[in-house]
Amino acid sequence: MAAEGLEARKAILRTFWILSGLTAFEFLIAFTKAYYPDWFGISPAASQMIVIVTFIVLTIFKAFYIVAEFMHLKHEVKRMAFTILIPFLFVVWLIIGLLVEGDYWGKQTQAPDSSSEAYVETLA
Amino acid sequence: MADSAVDPKALIEGERPMYKASYGKLMMWFFLVSDAFTFSALLIAYGALRVRAVSNGFAWANPEDVFTHAPILYEVFHIEAPLVFVGLMTFILILSSVAMVLAVEAGHRKSKEEVKKWVIWTIVGGAAFLGCQAYEWYHFISGTPDGGLMVSAEKLEEMRAPGVDDLAMVEFWPADHGDGHGDHGDHHAVSSFTTFNGDVIEQETMIEEIMEEGHHTHAGTYKLSAEEAEKLGVPNLEENLAVKAFKVYSEDGEVLAIRLSNGYQISDPARRKVLLEDAKVTEGGSGLRANQYGPADFAGLFFFVTGFHGTHVFSGVLLLVILLINVIKGTYERRGHYEMTEKIGLYWHFVDLVWVFVFTFFYLI
Repeated sequence: MAAEGLEARKAILRTFWILSGLTAFEFLIAFTKAYYPDWFGISPAASQMIVIVTFIVLTIFKAFYIVAEFMHLKHEVKRMAFTILIPFLFVVWLIIGLLVEGDYWGKQTQAPDSSSEAYVETLA
Repeated sequence: MADSAVDPKALIEGERPMYKASYGKLMMWFFLVSDAFTFSALLIAYGALRVRAVSNGFAWANPEDVFTHAPILYEVFHIEAPLVFVGLMTFILILSSVAMVLAVEAGHRKSKEEVKKWVIWTIVGGAAFLGCQAYEWYHFISGTPDGGLMVSAEKLEEMRAPGVDDLAMVEFWPADHGDGHGDHGDHHAVSSFTTFNGDVIEQETMIEEIMEEGHHTHAGTYKLSAEEAEKLGVPNLEENLAVKAFKVYSEDGEVLAIRLSNGYQISDPARRKVLLEDAKVTEGGSGLRANQYGPADFAGLFFFVTGFHGTHVFSGVLLLVILLINVIKGTYERRGHYEMTEKIGLYWHFVDLVWVFVFTFFYLI
C-alpha cells in the first residue's frame, strides 16, 4: 500500500469527485444534446456522432478510474496489469467485427415483408 | 496493496507470490476477466442488433422517451422526468463503491469497527440499487397508458397471422375514463363501455360483471378473454375480438410495421393500412417479443443485460453479507489480515464498472 490512512482516503475522495464530475457532465450532455445543431450550426447527424463519441470517451475515462484506483490495478505489478488488460484486445476486435456485420445484416434484410404469403407458410 | 500482509498459506506454490499478489486475489482478477468477456459479448450483441435494426430502417428506442419515471415525481406530481431516476441509481452505485474502497482501506489498518461500518454502507447502497432496478423494470414492463394498439383479430385471421387465437381478447373502453394515470384499485362508476367495433354496452349488470371479471389495464380499460366474454354474452363477439400490438417506427417517425405482442410483424403497407383503420389505443408495455418503444430486440436486450447485471449486484450483496458476518465474528482479526475485503471489493467495483458501460449504452446513447 503506497499511501496509508489519511493519504489513501484523500486519493479515494479525489477519485470519487472525478467519477461524479464525469457522470454529471454526461447528464449535462444528455439534457442539452437536442439543441446542439442550433447552437453550433452543425447537422443533426454530425451532432449525434459527436455526442456518441463523447459519451464513449467519458465512459472509458470512468472505467479507467474505477479499474486503476478503486480496483487498485495501477498500483499492482506492471506484469499483472498487462496480463489482465491485454486479452481485451480481442474485445476491440469483436466490437469492430460485429458492428460491421450488424450493418451488413440489416442492409441484407431491408424492407422486410414478413406478412407475405410465403413468409406465413414458412412459419406454419 | 502489493506489500500488504499476505498469508503465506494463500500463496501459489513456490518461493515468491506470482505478481506479488496472493492466489485468491489473482484468481478473483482472472474470474473478473472472464466475467468481463461475458458482459462484453452481451453489450457487443446489443451493438450489433442495434446497428442492424437501424441499417434496416427502424428507429431504435430513444432512452429519454423510455425511462421517464421517477418515484414521487411520477406517483404524486404526475411529472415525467427523463433519466433523473437512472442518474440516482448511478450515483448510489458510485457511493457504494466508495464505501467499499473505504472498507478495504480500513482493512489495511486492521480497524475492525471501521470495516464493519463501511461494509454496512456498501450493502445499503447495493440493496438500494436493486430496489431502484425493480421500480425501473416495473415501469418498463407496464409502459405508458397509451403506448399500445388493439387491432382486429378478424382481419389478422384473414391475413393468416399466426397465434391470433391465443392472443385475441375483448377490451372495453369506459365512456368516462380519466387521464389514465395507473390507479388500479380505482373502480369508479362507469356509465357505459365501448367495445372494439364500436358497440356500446349500457346494461348495468353487464357493466358490473365486466368490471368484476375483467383485467383493469392502466389505460383505464377492462379486458376479458374470449371465453369469459362469451359467457357474459357480449354482443358481436367475433367482431370485438382484438389483438394487442405496437407500432414500429422508422427514423423519420413513419410507421414501418405493426408488431403483434407475439412478435409477428406486419410490414406490408396495404395490410398495415387496413389494420390501422380501426385500431384502438390501449396501454403499452414491454415484453420479450414486442415493446412499445422500438424494435423487439431493444426490450429483450434490456431485460437480459440489466437483469444479468442485477444478478451480479445481488450476489455481490450476498458476498458482502457473508463478509460482514465474518468481520463481526472476528474471523479476519484472528487470521491477521482483511484480504477477503479486498477480494470482495474487487468484485464489487467490477459490478460498478459494468454499470458504467450499461448506463452509457442503454441510457445515454
